[in-house]
Amino acid sequence: MSTTEAPAPPETADAEPLPLRKTPTRKRLIPYWLLLPGMLWLIVFFAAPLVYQASTSIQTGSLEEGFKVTWHFATYWDALGEYWPQFVRSVGYAGIATALCLLLGYPLAYLIAFKAGRWRNVVMILVIAPFFTSFLIRTLAWKTILADGGPVVGALNALHLLDVTSALGITEGHRVLATPLAVVCGLTYNFLPFMVLPLYTSLERIDPRLHEAAGDLYARPATTFRKVTFPLSMPGVVAGTLLTFIPAAGDYINAELLGSTDQKMIGNVIQSQFLRVLDYPTAAALSFILMAAILAMVTIYIRKSGTEDLV
Amino acid sequence: MTKNDQTQSSGGDVRLTGISKTYGSFTAVHPLDLTVPAGSFFALLGASGCGKTTTLRMIAGLEDPTTGTVELSGQDVTALPPYKRQVNTVFQNYALFPHLDIYENVAFGLRRRGIKSVKKQVEEMLDLVQLGPMARRKPQQLSGGQQQRVAVARALINHPQVLLLDEPLGALDLKLRRQMQLELKRIQTEVGITFVHVTHDQEEAMTMADTVAVMNGGRVEQLGAPADLYENPATTFVANFLGTSNLIEAEVVEAAGEELLLRAADTKLRLPAARCSATAGSGDKVLAGIRPEKMALAHTDDTGSLPDGHNQLPGRIKDASFIGVSTQYVIEAPGLGEISVYEQNIARDGRLVPGAEVVVHWNPAHTFGLDAAQDIAAGADLDEEAA
Repeated sequence: MSTTEAPAPPETADAEPLPLRKTPTRKRLIPYWLLLPGMLWLIVFFAAPLVYQASTSIQTGSLEEGFKVTWHFATYWDALGEYWPQFVRSVGYAGIATALCLLLGYPLAYLIAFKAGRWRNVVMILVIAPFFTSFLIRTLAWKTILADGGPVVGALNALHLLDVTSALGITEGHRVLATPLAVVCGLTYNFLPFMVLPLYTSLERIDPRLHEAAGDLYARPATTFRKVTFPLSMPGVVAGTLLTFIPAAGDYINAELLGSTDQKMIGNVIQSQFLRVLDYPTAAALSFILMAAILAMVTIYIRKSGTEDLV
Repeated sequence: MTKNDQTQSSGGDVRLTGISKTYGSFTAVHPLDLTVPAGSFFALLGASGCGKTTTLRMIAGLEDPTTGTVELSGQDVTALPPYKRQVNTVFQNYALFPHLDIYENVAFGLRRRGIKSVKKQVEEMLDLVQLGPMARRKPQQLSGGQQQRVAVARALINHPQVLLLDEPLGALDLKLRRQMQLELKRIQTEVGITFVHVTHDQEEAMTMADTVAVMNGGRVEQLGAPADLYENPATTFVANFLGTSNLIEAEVVEAAGEELLLRAADTKLRLPAARCSATAGSGDKVLAGIRPEKMALAHTDDTGSLPDGHNQLPGRIKDASFIGVSTQYVIEAPGLGEISVYEQNIARDGRLVPGAEVVVHWNPAHTFGLDAAQDIAAGADLDEEAA
């Protein structure tokens, strides 16, 4: 027989429920209040311009008479029919630049993450340093670097490398400016940090003991890279290639400054339709086609790389 | 996997000769000779920063020794990279490959050695560690204890000559740790591979290992079977780090025959000469050591009924804590400081409460003697720090 008694329930229990019921409803609303600034941001800066552009793309008319929504979807077909070479070129240039960024950026990010030691932060600052000057100024600088009488062209000519590149069709004669090579180089240069930063972040997160474990389990350094390091850096590879490819495909500054009319990318077409030809519906339609194309490519890419659960 | 298959692939021995490691001006491991016999369970025990992990990593090839050589089964492997050594490591925090499932983690070593049909071996190994149904899970979906077993399986499947374990149980909670200690011991007996186990937990080392090397400050302080180390510590560090010891400063009064007669404060103590590791002539200082559980307490009124020939120290109970199986007393002995006594809870004497005048007594055979030139407190609180 037990002599202990359970403590009596507090007598105020009956009076409690009323104030208790009120607080949850207020608490339930808090997340929505917190979401509000983000939602407003999206509406004002993303949804509204998108809707505006969508309506522009199906308008007809002229600047003098004004544009009206006439549901003229044919603009899309006309734009695509006329400018598909620029679309293909944009995807091609952006793709090559992304591949080059990956080839250059991966070793760099690897060195910073695993070998730089106490120099890590200094090297990271050096990678980001170009951002302190304007995109335009940097690209203009490249115009000087790659100029016909400049050191780069001189060196390439001395080594007869320009003959090789001309044979490949990526340069013309003995110059680099106004050729596909110049535009791709410009894109690669300008977007390299966008590749290095996510790569570095994902490499830096890899536990160095995993490398030791792989070595301990009979993997040579090259095998360790292939079977452990690279698969684990896939989130960085995917993020880096997307952050490079997407802006590179829509870029027009590099083609404008470093290329000629033969290197026009879709960004240049959109820019001139908006600002020079003043054919707003075509420009808007082109923008939407570019957006849809990139969205489709990105979706396929993410599916293919199978990193949905890693990103 | 039958037991016979396993015992045939028994381990190799490890021989370290004059091995040392320095980082700049810091010496992590002083020149060290160590032989681990084939098929034994060997523990490197010490507090963090004592050089035990560095020693292990030099055997694995993950660290290049500054001097000395590493031999595995008689072959000098000092210059070989890790992937060419017949040793495997169970890493602290396991270092399982997060992008591979359990099956592929375990198969990793076999695949790297170009073995095509891994299925049978992997399944048998997963059965050995009782993880068969988990084969297709990712490491992060497993509990700590399960991950630990994967790490063991991933290393053992390669039938290494030596399995190196770097604090393998450090991340587990106490109950699971006890369970895994027995599990690892079972596996080691079953596969017969040489295990070299690094730990800061003296209880773990004593439970599992055949031989324990106690390391301190980059040196091996003492090496031996767990019971031997516990009963006959050679240094104050070992005496304090392995369990608890009462170390009493005393002066040799008479050194004749098989027993030394000591004087501590005003009390005479006897110590078997064979158990004194210090040179003790008349007038020399020594430290007399006794384990707290080897001592008993008697109330001052009962002094007359104590066993004949026991060493006796008078004192007062300062503190008593009831632990369940025993009661741990702290006795203030005049001129000697505090003495710990663990009394089993068989017949509790109601008079033994804080403040009571008592006599601590023990069989002189349980006393050991140490060189008094050492730091009396060496290793005393390291265990808790490291944990």
